[in-house]
Amino acid sequence: MKLTFTIQGGDFTNAGHPSSEVKKVLKQLVIDGKTIKNIVIALYEAEVNVVAHAWKGTVTVEIDEKKITMLVEDEGPGIPDIALAMQAGYSTASKKVREMGFGAGMGLPNIKKNTDELFIESEVDKGTKVKMINYF
Amino acid sequence: MAGNPTYHSLDPAKCIGCTHCMKACPTEAIRVVNGLAVIDDDRCVYCGQCHRVCPTHAFFVVQDDLAMIRSFKYRVILFPSIMIGQFPGKYSEDQIYDGLKKVGFTHVYEVEQPQQILIDSINEVLRDQETPKPAISIYCPAIVRLIQGRYPSLTENLILRKAPHNLAAHFAIEQLLAEGANREEIGLFYATPCIAKIAAVKSPVGESESIVDGIINMNKLYNEVMKVISDKEVPDHSDQRKNLSSEGIIWSLTRGESCHFGSRSIAIDGINNAVRFLERLENDQVEDIDFVEMRACDQSCAGGILLAGNRFMTVERLERRAKRYPAAKDISAEAVKVNTHELKEKLVLDPILPRPHFIFGKDRAKVMEKMSKVQRIVCFLPGIDCGACGAPNCHALAEDMVNNKAKMSDCIFLQQMWEDEGRISARKAITNVQKKWGTDRFKADCNKRGRRNEGF
Ligand SMILES: Nc1ncnc2c1ncn2[C@@H]1O[C@H](COP(=O)(O)OP(=O)(O)OP(=O)(O)O)[C@@H](O)[C@H]1O
Ligand code: SF4
Ligand SMILES: [Mg+2]
Repeated sequence: MKLTFTIQGGDFTNAGHPSSEVKKVLKQLVIDGKTIKNIVIALYEAEVNVVAHAWKGTVTVEIDEKKITMLVEDEGPGIPDIALAMQAGYSTASKKVREMGFGAGMGLPNIKKNTDELFIESEVDKGTKVKMINYF
Repeated sequence: MAGNPTYHSLDPAKCIGCTHCMKACPTEAIRVVNGLAVIDDDRCVYCGQCHRVCPTHAFFVVQDDLAMIRSFKYRVILFPSIMIGQFPGKYSEDQIYDGLKKVGFTHVYEVEQPQQILIDSINEVLRDQETPKPAISIYCPAIVRLIQGRYPSLTENLILRKAPHNLAAHFAIEQLLAEGANREEIGLFYATPCIAKIAAVKSPVGESESIVDGIINMNKLYNEVMKVISDKEVPDHSDQRKNLSSEGIIWSLTRGESCHFGSRSIAIDGINNAVRFLERLENDQVEDIDFVEMRACDQSCAGGILLAGNRFMTVERLERRAKRYPAAKDISAEAVKVNTHELKEKLVLDPILPRPHFIFGKDRAKVMEKMSKVQRIVCFLPGIDCGACGAPNCHALAEDMVNNKAKMSDCIFLQQMWEDEGRISARKAITNVQKKWGTDRFKADCNKRGRRNEGF
């Protein structure tokens, strides 16, 4: 089954809506709690990155019997050096974002830790695509 | 969760088949069928929201017959301190205790004693490195059920220590045995503020068997005591309260537990607030909290559905009362006169297991198929969430349809459209609605129930 959501850049109050909805679906699918938690954490971090760093984005989730595929695409500044961005503690978050309690530079490393497969593509000044796959 | 016993039910003579309870239920456990509300016991967590909002007081709570206490020589009433708070201020604690004796009990115990034993015991759990944080109190059984069914992964965070009623039950037994009673001669009765505690006492989670012999609803007991209570001087019962502490008295109020535990703690009251918090907790979006107290009722047990008083006045009386009592730590172990160590061991609960509630069964392929169907059906429903279909909202109706418990034509708006398109007759449409809400439903009746604020 397929679920789609949109995300608005800068809208921290509503960040986390797609991941909560996905969680509700997964909880009905007889999937172990640990796996669900990994998925929700990874998707949440990816959503927050759109809110914190990009202008707007979409989330497309596909679930089949064996796996979940989550694609978070945004229009935004892009990531110039993905390897650098993946390092724990690296962040370009603005002062405002830090004040909201984000910007520790832990989001992408956390996504890596909580997903089975992770693909990031990015084009500067265009946007970023983060694809995450988890097997049940 | 099959085979949940029923602890509350509806009087069909009083139920007017409105939508109040169905809309208020936090677990969507209620549907209206043939003009009457029906509770799904598998989904129900016994929070009591339906009782609160019912304009005709159609819900009732099962209880044991008060006469059964007579078969015991030692008749112990165990009640949470909150019960004292609901009596009018003009009655003293002794007059209330005396009233309970007149009702037929030989021993009167408030359950929150000796509280220091429970405080120490919970602190031991919190100090244990293995305890997942935040640790969650098991005090409110409605919350425990909610977690088992809807947040199964969080059952690990529940603190495996029994509630005050167990503490007092063990304590009362030890004291009576020391006085020379035989165990069989002792009957323990618990006065409950809510359905959740009845369920917890009658079919306990994490305990092999129930410790009490019977349950009495607090509003019933209140009425019985009010019939016989004296406003004259009565014998002094303060020796029965020797172990009652300030902490014990306010334990059942909001922050009554959380103020003792962890360097950072949170207290939540109200079932809907608890749901919101649990959603976050489940997503790992709660940081650095050691202890969480969660109670289903607004103002915690002062808002229990079986209490007679106004919840805010009850809180005020208890807070005032607590000031007159010593701190739990100042009540010495010798005064308690029981084997503290043994009592502590009895407070340990067995692990509480998750009981996840799967709406569509456990076959993942089938579940996915059904969920996709729900998605498609929802597209056609108007999203008004009016409840006229007998389900709490459009989404719930779609789920019921997929589970073969409802039909597309249950939606009154779709019916209207179909009529307009000539797909069904007006006659058919009206019989559909009558099936849901009863044939007499649409007759004029000036005594019809359900006026604004009825039931307040
Ligand atoms: N969608 C995105 N668009 C543009 N830049 C991004 C995006 N996602 C991540 N980045 C860049 O990568 C950096 C590291 O991201 P990461 O999620 O690890 O940390 P953070 O978002 O800065 O802080 P945290 O996630 O801990 O709150 C960000 O500071 C940002 O420069
Ligand atoms: S808060 Fe107290 S009265 Fe209300 S359901 Fe929980 S235990 Fe019962
Ligand atoms: Mg981030």
